Amino acid sequence: MNDFQTFFAMGGYGAYVWPAYGLTALAFIAMLGWTVTTLKARRREEQGLSAAGRARRGRREAKS
Amino acid sequence: MSAAFALFLHDLKLQFRHGSDLVAPLAFFVLAVLMVPLGVGPEPNLLARLAPGMLWITALLATLLALDRLFQRDFEDGTLDLLALAPMPLELTVLAKVAAHWVTTGLPFMVIAPILGVMLHLDGNSFIALEISLLIGTPVLSMIGAFGAAVTLGARRGGALLALLVLPLYVPILIFATSAIGAAGEGLSPRPHLLLLASFFAGGIVLVPFAAAAALRNALE
Amino acid sequence: MTTARIPLLHRYANPAAFGRLSAQILPWTAGASAILLGLGLYFGLFASPPDYQQGNTVRIMYVHVPAAIMSEVVYGLMAAAAAAGIIWKHALADLFVKAAAPLGAAFTFVCLVAGSLWGKPMWGAWWVWDARLTSELVLFFLYLGYLALVDAFDDPQRGLRAGAILVLVGVVDLPIIKFSVDWWNTLHQPASLITMSGPKMDKSMLLPLFLMIGGFTTFFITMVLMRLESELLARRIRAWRTAAGEE
Repeated sequence: MNDFQTFFAMGGYGAYVWPAYGLTALAFIAMLGWTVTTLKARRREEQGLSAAGRARRGRREAKS
Repeated sequence: MSAAFALFLHDLKLQFRHGSDLVAPLAFFVLAVLMVPLGVGPEPNLLARLAPGMLWITALLATLLALDRLFQRDFEDGTLDLLALAPMPLELTVLAKVAAHWVTTGLPFMVIAPILGVMLHLDGNSFIALEISLLIGTPVLSMIGAFGAAVTLGARRGGALLALLVLPLYVPILIFATSAIGAAGEGLSPRPHLLLLASFFAGGIVLVPFAAAAALRNALE
Repeated sequence: MTTARIPLLHRYANPAAFGRLSAQILPWTAGASAILLGLGLYFGLFASPPDYQQGNTVRIMYVHVPAAIMSEVVYGLMAAAAAAGIIWKHALADLFVKAAAPLGAAFTFVCLVAGSLWGKPMWGAWWVWDARLTSELVLFFLYLGYLALVDAFDDPQRGLRAGAILVLVGVVDLPIIKFSVDWWNTLHQPASLITMSGPKMDKSMLLPLFLMIGGFTTFFITMVLMRLESELLARRIRAWRTAAGEE
């Protein structure tokens, strides 16, 4: 425990080092999260729209 | 060449017809400078130190004020489409408009700047450097500003966007202009700084018309 | 009207094709990123010594410097892509600029804040108008300007083109800005990585630094590939919506 506390204190600079790493981690998580979420949502949407589009085309061709 | 000059004169006439368009920047200059001692206190030494920067910041903001009208009117009434199709290169059109803009913002500021300098207790040795820095630097402000106006043409909230785009690009000009004035105030030569400003002028006059014209074509397509 | 076509690249303007290509690359870059970042964190936080003068604050360098490098490299890549987009008119080029921009802005932000957290214990102030910080701040606004501009148009294509021109003007101005600000004031530590006599840093510190730089880079590549596919999909979605609307 004492070892960990010493480590965490970072020689007195803990208040600076940990927020710096914390912010960096946050930024990475945000980039990752936002990118993956948007990508998945758009993949789903594109598949839905292209399926609907193909269905419409099929109906049109069936009519003509 | 004469077509460009004609456009330049035409734009100027338009500005002078709406006389209030000219008074507003001038009034803004004086008011902005008035704000400084009201904001930081009337102590002459402090004002003298702030003077070069405050004068140039005022010039910057005044340039921004007149910018979003630069292409907007012509864009809306179709004149810009005609200018783009005209035999005169669009790049030259841009230069003509920049010149007209400068005559209505930079030039009046150059005229009124010595008075403003006196109000701010600007060091006596700095006035010539002030005028030369304005002479070389404000056209560059107009040029870069014109690029900003061109690239935001047709964008939503173009006005606020314009300031965001253009102010970072203004940084070197501000730095070297104020350094020139400051150097003169300390008895050093402002020449190196002014020469650098002149190089921005030279580079800008060559490159900005192409960038701005490309942006205009993008907006007109 | 003909546009110069590069057949190989043109195939990948199709989101499905691009998705298949990136699906082959992504596991490698993502895996490399995880490993490099993990090792970098281990060495940076645990298995490296504190600095003789700066103590443990030097560990902030292991996130600040890679972020700074990425912030500049990404802008350079954006400028190259913008130029390619204007010259060859390839869809992927302009979309790359849009895909990379938020990542570059994030790196710039991390650089600024981490640098500020490093500066406070070292220089006694959260912010100083030092050349490096100031020009990095200006770079941050160049990114913000691009992001604001590219989304401010109703026609996305127009926005991409305007943004590309802006980035090219910005990249020409960037060295000028850096030069002017540097000339104006310097307090920041002078270059200790790329100097005439090789890196001045101790090997035990170079290791976590390079690991983190590698980790940041591979992370960027992973993210930009995904965002690029995302932008291609967005374009396809708009096309579908327009087609559906026209019927």
